[in-house]
Amino acid sequence: MNYIAKRTAQAVFTVFAVMSLTFGLIRILPGGPTDFLRARLIRQGGLSRAQINQRIGALTNVNPDKPLFFQYVDYMTSILQGDFGTSTWYGDPVSGILLDAIPWTVFLMASSLSLMFVIGVTLGAFMAYREGSKFDVSSTVVSLVLNSTPYYVVALLFIAFLGYRWQLFPTGGRYASELSPGFSVAFIASVLYHGALPITSLAITGFGGWALNMRGNSIRVLGEDYLRVARLRGLSESRIALRYVARNAILPMYTGLLIAIGGVFGGSIILEQIFSYPGVGYYLIRAIGQRDYPVMMGGFLIITIAVVIGIYIADLTYGWVDPRAERGGSRESY
Amino acid sequence: MSHTEGTGSDFETVSEASLSREERYRQALDEHVLAPLRIVWSDWRARLAVFIISIYVLMGTVGVMIVTPPSPNQGPLLMGPFQTLAHPLGTTFSGQDILSQLVYATPPMLKMIAAGAVFTVAVATVIGTVSGYKGGALDSGLMTITDIMMTIPGLPLIIVLAGVLDLKGDPYVIGVLLSVNAWAGLARALRSQVLTLRDAEYVEASRIMGISTPSILQKDIIPNLMPYITMNFVQTARGVIFGSVALYFLGILPYNGVNWGVMMNNANSKAGAVSSPQAFHWLLMPMLAVIVLGLGLTLFAQAADRLFNPRVRARHAESVAEDDGDGPGEGPEEGGGAQPTGVIQ
Repeated sequence: MNYIAKRTAQAVFTVFAVMSLTFGLIRILPGGPTDFLRARLIRQGGLSRAQINQRIGALTNVNPDKPLFFQYVDYMTSILQGDFGTSTWYGDPVSGILLDAIPWTVFLMASSLSLMFVIGVTLGAFMAYREGSKFDVSSTVVSLVLNSTPYYVVALLFIAFLGYRWQLFPTGGRYASELSPGFSVAFIASVLYHGALPITSLAITGFGGWALNMRGNSIRVLGEDYLRVARLRGLSESRIALRYVARNAILPMYTGLLIAIGGVFGGSIILEQIFSYPGVGYYLIRAIGQRDYPVMMGGFLIITIAVVIGIYIADLTYGWVDPRAERGGSRESY
Repeated sequence: MSHTEGTGSDFETVSEASLSREERYRQALDEHVLAPLRIVWSDWRARLAVFIISIYVLMGTVGVMIVTPPSPNQGPLLMGPFQTLAHPLGTTFSGQDILSQLVYATPPMLKMIAAGAVFTVAVATVIGTVSGYKGGALDSGLMTITDIMMTIPGLPLIIVLAGVLDLKGDPYVIGVLLSVNAWAGLARALRSQVLTLRDAEYVEASRIMGISTPSILQKDIIPNLMPYITMNFVQTARGVIFGSVALYFLGILPYNGVNWGVMMNNANSKAGAVSSPQAFHWLLMPMLAVIVLGLGLTLFAQAADRLFNPRVRARHAESVAEDDGDGPGEGPEEGGGAQPTGVIQ
């Protein structure tokens, strides 16, 4: 229970810290968003100072006329109410734009992350069982090469060849434009078809690291004494492989999985740009080109919140998989 | 080494053999630099890695002096690769030589890598070791900050910072920006390694003797972590390369000169290299440059991983007078071993 409470507090605190960071970026930095918006509004002309500040307040949730502390409180409360300001480019509320986009990003990233994890763990386990064989050596080489290739390079190759040259896959969009969203077979097939290239380019460059890691861990576990005991007890080979080797080999990779969630979501920004896939990252990059600060900060916040939730879920399951997770905190301090 | 007898207490014994300063330095060099190098060198991956990395370093230092700088209309427009010796990798749509662009993009890249990796390793080492060694409230505080930094997705943070801050194209600054939260994961891993060391006898002895915390960390703790830190130095370098090329490709970072990512961006936006086969080599060459350097660094990190293995260390320690025998051991239970490096941090 203590473990869960601690993790919850940490997740909430992280979101709070990132909200404060975006406030700081909007408000305090010289030449930052407020100055930029003010310069633009002054250029438009015909507005008094108070009006300009009010407009800035409406757009970014930060009104420069109020004392700093009240600006901060206002900003935090409006974000907690789901108000991320108004896009200076589209003129729509930021929350509307981003809430429409976030499920698509989550779909892409969750699929590729689970795909690369499952492929990597399975491949790594087989490599460990056949250590030193031709299969092991060739898989290691393939994993190494794929793992040292950036995912966006694979994405560019995919879209150049599979998308443009051979026209096997679509080169943009979430689904075929003539379909309307719904639980029809055609729609789901179209979504998968459009998501196939982004998902594969992340998964194909990501699984190698997991496979090598899993291979190393499994080989270490295979040499443990408790495994000999398990064999001597006459336990079935499948039970040993799943309950003894796999479980103990996967546990140390959990920390890596937590870091990977953030990495994969960050990667969405580049992938969505390459594949013209309108997710959060796509809007975030556009916002930077258009100096649309509310969308920029909102997109950053939304991605962070998605990552925090992902890590929170993974953390809770970790406490459930590994009972030792609740230890700690009792060490002497020097 | 033998001991002189009969001078009263054991504590007053003086070693008969004395080492000159020069001999001590040579021994330290052998133990901390040459032996690890020998271990690394005994592996084919390491030899290949050193070969690849040296090529890039040469490209960035000597290559810049030999190759003529890129300029428009050096050759025919959009010539394919491997056609003439004058332009072995082809030319861009404005007739710039691609090989020359690749070479001239290397020095800023190396500066960026160095800045990012040094920054990450320095911050992570200080926070990780202090937190793990001191424990208590300081540990909780530092680890809370670390966990938050680890949770914030790196790339969006970098992009937002690059969008808001008024950056000039200085490669050192960009290198640090690109690894703005890369230290967090390493700091956590180092902390859990320190936890296994903090109660070792020799550390306890130093503590009882009243040696200050900074000296204990410097002399007793950090030397044991050096192989792990080296390995992560390389991993961070790789992260900086992948990140910088990605962001230059997206056109987010400011630049002064030529860069592999900028080349990819230009190839894509000016010649439509993704959809047009005639310009594809312009996109492909910088991508190959990134992949090969990435492979070199990955191989190096993989080989450096062997430094962890005490048995491999011992086998190579013959020429070392007194090896400490067991290094930091295999990683501790949490975060042990090489973290998967599937995606950039």
